[in-house]
Amino acid sequence: MFTNAGTSSFTTFLSRVAPEMLPGRRPLPPGMAADMAPHATTIVAISAAGGVVMAGDRRATMGNLIAQRDIEKVHPADAYSLVGIAGTAGIGIELMRLFQVELEHYEKIEGAMLSLDGKANRLASMIRGNLGAAMQGLAVIPLFAGFDLAAKDPAGAGRIFSFDVTGGPYEETGYDAIGSGSLFAKSALKKRFRAGLSIDDATRLAVEALYDAADDDTATGGPDLTRRIYPVVMTATAEGTHRLTDAETASIAESVVAARMENPGG
Amino acid sequence: MAMQFYASPEQIMRDRSELARKGVARGRSAVVLSYSGGVLFVAENLSSALHKVSEIYDRIGFAAVGRYNEFENLRRAGVRMADLNGLSYDRRDVTGRALANAFAQTLGAIFTEQSKPFEVEICVAQVGATSEEDELYRITYDGSVNDEPGRMAMGGQAEAITNVLKSDHRPDMSLSEAVRVAVRALSTVGGEGGAARTIAANQLEVAVLDRARVGRTFRRITGAALTALLDGDAAGDAAPAGGRAKTPTVPTEEAHKPTTSAGSADLEGNQNEQPEA
Repeated sequence: MFTNAGTSSFTTFLSRVAPEMLPGRRPLPPGMAADMAPHATTIVAISAAGGVVMAGDRRATMGNLIAQRDIEKVHPADAYSLVGIAGTAGIGIELMRLFQVELEHYEKIEGAMLSLDGKANRLASMIRGNLGAAMQGLAVIPLFAGFDLAAKDPAGAGRIFSFDVTGGPYEETGYDAIGSGSLFAKSALKKRFRAGLSIDDATRLAVEALYDAADDDTATGGPDLTRRIYPVVMTATAEGTHRLTDAETASIAESVVAARMENPGG
Repeated sequence: MAMQFYASPEQIMRDRSELARKGVARGRSAVVLSYSGGVLFVAENLSSALHKVSEIYDRIGFAAVGRYNEFENLRRAGVRMADLNGLSYDRRDVTGRALANAFAQTLGAIFTEQSKPFEVEICVAQVGATSEEDELYRITYDGSVNDEPGRMAMGGQAEAITNVLKSDHRPDMSLSEAVRVAVRALSTVGGEGGAARTIAANQLEVAVLDRARVGRTFRRITGAALTALLDGDAAGDAAPAGGRAKTPTVPTEEAHKPTTSAGSADLEGNQNEQPEA
């Protein structure tokens, strides 16, 4: 079963040899399951000069409870792209791991990376496979962003793709947010986003937007100064993906909080 | 009814072994060495697109000689198995030993059950925390596995190449020293009248499993970095260690090389250049 000429896609291979490992292939009992599992909340992505920034808060909720304070929802998808997940946390993490393997697998088999659009389309079809579960309340919505190595203009190389439960992808211009706090994060970004921001300014803006989301959405966690839990911030540039260290995000989050002491509205 | 000629099982196995051995010996050779910074693969390969050396997993690499379509099939199987196990357990649970066993089972089954054995010899290498912990497995066409002591050669006239490695290779070598030993070993065979020959940089496929790196350790060394190493430039040693992983990118132009032949001739170039093994 391993030596068939077959395909370069890992999920296609799995669907043949181990379909139970694909989230969309599992039989689900009827009924709503939305309140059974923790939900991950707000992710924002901002395209900047020479790349893209993605940041996510650290809270997972289950109904009115906080299920986890320090969940990590933004991950590198491969060397040049990032994926953030909102929705059912368990399925989201599983899909994200599967997506990471999918990209790495293709790269190893073919000796070349997928194009950024190819990666987004692949993720869309994986989300579409989860439609049955989504209709029963176990939806997962990712946000995908990356540095496009084939971009003619380096300024436009940072690209963002959003999805819905039926797939997608939809390319976004400038910025996007997903999750329960996305409405507030996007409103904040709408007023503050400018094309051609530097990566550092975009990083600060992402943390500001998450603060605004946490301000108005109970399911989104703000910077937790007492426990030292800060948003996860990652960048994808020509040099690859990079996660800001805890010290770096701490200093950004602390300065955002300090500024809000003066002016709560930002 | 036609009479069946009787052939003893010994004779059948001998014939298959001979076929496979001849097939492997026709090809150009490959060398795998452990050095201070990791594991080095050097293969003589005229094609820059059809690889003899490749990545299987985080700390595991693969090198092969023989028929391209046959070892490519095994390589893909190895990548699939590694990715499946890594996803269902954890990345650390994918080991070179398990892969070597799986390759051995597959090759053994093909050797006994099918009318034509695979004409390949492969190496599965896993880089460890120190060069003593590196693992090199040689798997031959009949499914036998050997654990090699930090260096191995495969392909035509492998014995002569191994002899050079035995005398010159040390596990504490630097990368540029190791590359030069490997190239010297490869070039001792195949020259006019048994003399040494020179192998140009563009005929070499060089890659390493970098001990110091976390995550995916496999990197190809090409172009200027390779030339610097071959020239004995000590600066070349430092170059691959810094920066981020050199990941393959989307090809910007169409490949000019024809890839129509499924046999090994596409990797071996003009067979007339080759001496009889």
